[in-house]
Amino acid sequence: MSDAATKRATRSRWLLLAPALAVLVFAASGPLLIVLIYSFLTPGDYGGVEWNLSWDAWFSVIMEQDFFTDEIGFADAHLSIFWRSIKLSLMTALLTFIFGFPTAYFIATRPKEKRDIWMLLIIIPFWTNLLIRTFAIMELIRAEGTVNSALLALGIIDEPIQMLFTEFAILLGMAYVYLPLMVLPIYASLERFDFTLVEAGYDLYATRWRVLRKVIFPLAKPGVIAGSILVFVPSLGAYVTPRVLGGGKQLMLGNLIELQFGAGRNWPLGAALSLTLLAIVMVALILYVRAAGNEEVRHG
Amino acid sequence: MAKGFDIRRQTGFATVAMACFVILYLPIVLLVVYSFNAGTSVAIWEGFSWRWYQTAWQNEQVQAATIRSLVIASWATVIATSCAVLAALATTRQGTFRGYTFVFAMINQPLMVPEIVTAVALLIFFAMIKVATGYTGLFYLIIAHSAFCIPFAYMPIRARLQGMDLSLEQAAMDLYGTPWRVFRRVTLPQLWPGILAGAMLAFVISLDDVVITEFVKSAGQDTLPTYMLGQLRRVVTPEVNAISTALLAISVVLVIAFFFLSRNKK
Repeated sequence: MSDAATKRATRSRWLLLAPALAVLVFAASGPLLIVLIYSFLTPGDYGGVEWNLSWDAWFSVIMEQDFFTDEIGFADAHLSIFWRSIKLSLMTALLTFIFGFPTAYFIATRPKEKRDIWMLLIIIPFWTNLLIRTFAIMELIRAEGTVNSALLALGIIDEPIQMLFTEFAILLGMAYVYLPLMVLPIYASLERFDFTLVEAGYDLYATRWRVLRKVIFPLAKPGVIAGSILVFVPSLGAYVTPRVLGGGKQLMLGNLIELQFGAGRNWPLGAALSLTLLAIVMVALILYVRAAGNEEVRHG
Repeated sequence: MAKGFDIRRQTGFATVAMACFVILYLPIVLLVVYSFNAGTSVAIWEGFSWRWYQTAWQNEQVQAATIRSLVIASWATVIATSCAVLAALATTRQGTFRGYTFVFAMINQPLMVPEIVTAVALLIFFAMIKVATGYTGLFYLIIAHSAFCIPFAYMPIRARLQGMDLSLEQAAMDLYGTPWRVFRRVTLPQLWPGILAGAMLAFVISLDDVVITEFVKSAGQDTLPTYMLGQLRRVVTPEVNAISTALLAISVVLVIAFFFLSRNKK
C-alpha cells in the first residue's frame, strides 16, 4: 500500500472508532481519573469534596488515628471487611468449582448435538437479572421462607434457622449467581478434549480417580483458572448480593464504598476504597493473563 | 475393553451435574410459582390467582419505572450497537494496528472494572455536571448504559465480521461500488444477524442493570430493578415476584432468540 493510502486507512479507522471511544471516555474511563483526583481531597460537610490536597483518604483505607490519644493503628472495621470480601470471594470460587467442574465435564461428555442445549440451560440463568436471582435465594432462606417452612413442617426443627443476613447467605447467593461463569470456561477447555488420552490411561491400569487427576484435570486447568478469576473478580466487587442477603450487617467492599457516598459522607475515602478494589482486581487479572500465557507456552 | 465400561464416566459427576441444574432452576421456579399465589405470602401457597399481576399493573410507580427502563434500554441499545458496529468494522479483518491494545482495553473496560467502581466514578462525574448545568434528565442514565453495553454489542458483531468472506466486498469494489454502497449492499446484509444478536444482548444488559443505575439516577428516576431493590427492604409481597417474572420472561425470550441466532451461523 502506498503511504497516502495507509494514512487514509488509518484516518478512516480512527473515525470509525471515534463514537465508541467518545462514549467510553465520557461514561467509563474518564470518570475513573476524577475518582483518582477525589481520593486526594478532603470530604465536604454534606457529601462532595473540599479542594484541599490530602493523603487522609488513602491513610484511612487501612489505618486510623485514635480520636482521643492520636495513636495510629490499623482500622479494624475496614480490615475485617477487606478480609470478609476476599475470604467470601475465594470460597465462592471454590464452591462454584466443586459444583461447576463435574457439571462442565458432564456436558462435555454428552453427544455433540445435545451439548448446546445443556449449555443453554447454564446460560439462561446467567443472562437473567442478578437482582431477581438474588431475590429468589432470599425467598428460599428467609425465616418464613421455603426451606424453613419445609423443615418446620417435617418436624426437623422447632424454630426457623436464621440463614438470611449471615455470611453463609452471601456465600450461597454469590455461588448461585456466579456458577455459570465457572462452568462456561471449563466446558470450553473440556469440549475439545481428546478422550483417547483417557483410554490410554486406563490401558495403563490407572484408576478413574487417577485418570481424572493426572490426565483430565491438567488439561482442563486453563479453563479452571479462567473460571476462578471470572468468579473471583465480580464476587470481590459484589454490591447487590451482600446488600440483599447480608442485610447491612455483613458488609463487603462494595457496600463499604457505597456507605461513604451515603451516610458516611466521605467521598474521598469512598474514592480511595474504589481504587483499592480496582487495584486488587487488576492484580488478579494480570496474574490470570500470566498464568494463561504460561499454560499456552507449556502446551504449545 | 470390556463392554459397559464407559471411559468418559466419572463416578458421581452426573449426580452433581443434575444437582447443579436443580439448584440453578429451583429458586427461580419457586419465585415464578409464588407470583401466582392468592395469599400475601411468598412461601405459603394459598391457591392460584392473577391478583399480584393486576396489583403490579395498576401500580403507578411500577408503570413509570417500566416505561423508564424500556426508554433507557432502547436508547442505550441503539447507541451502543451503532458504536459497536463502527468499532468492529475498524478493528477486524485488517490485521492489528498501532493502538490496537489501547482500543481493545477501552472497549472491554466495562467488563474488567468492577461495576461498583464505575458506578462511583459516574456518581462523582455526573454530580459535577449536574451542578454545572442544572440538567438532571435521563441523559446521564442513557449514556452510562450505552457505555457498559458497548462490549456486549461488540462481541457478537466482531465474531460475525471475522467469519465473513472479504472476497465479496472486494468483488463489489472491483465493480466500482462506492465504499458506502459496498457497505450497505454487501457488508451490512451479511452482518445483520451479528448486529441483531449484539443489540439483543445490549438490551438485556441495560434492562437488568442495578448498580450503575442506582448510583447515577436522580431522585424519582427509578428503573424496574432499582424500584425492586428499594422494595426488598420492606415486607415483600408476591407483587415483587410478579414483576420479576415479567422481567425474567423478557430476558429468557431474548437469550433463547440470541442463542439460536448465533448458532445458525456455524
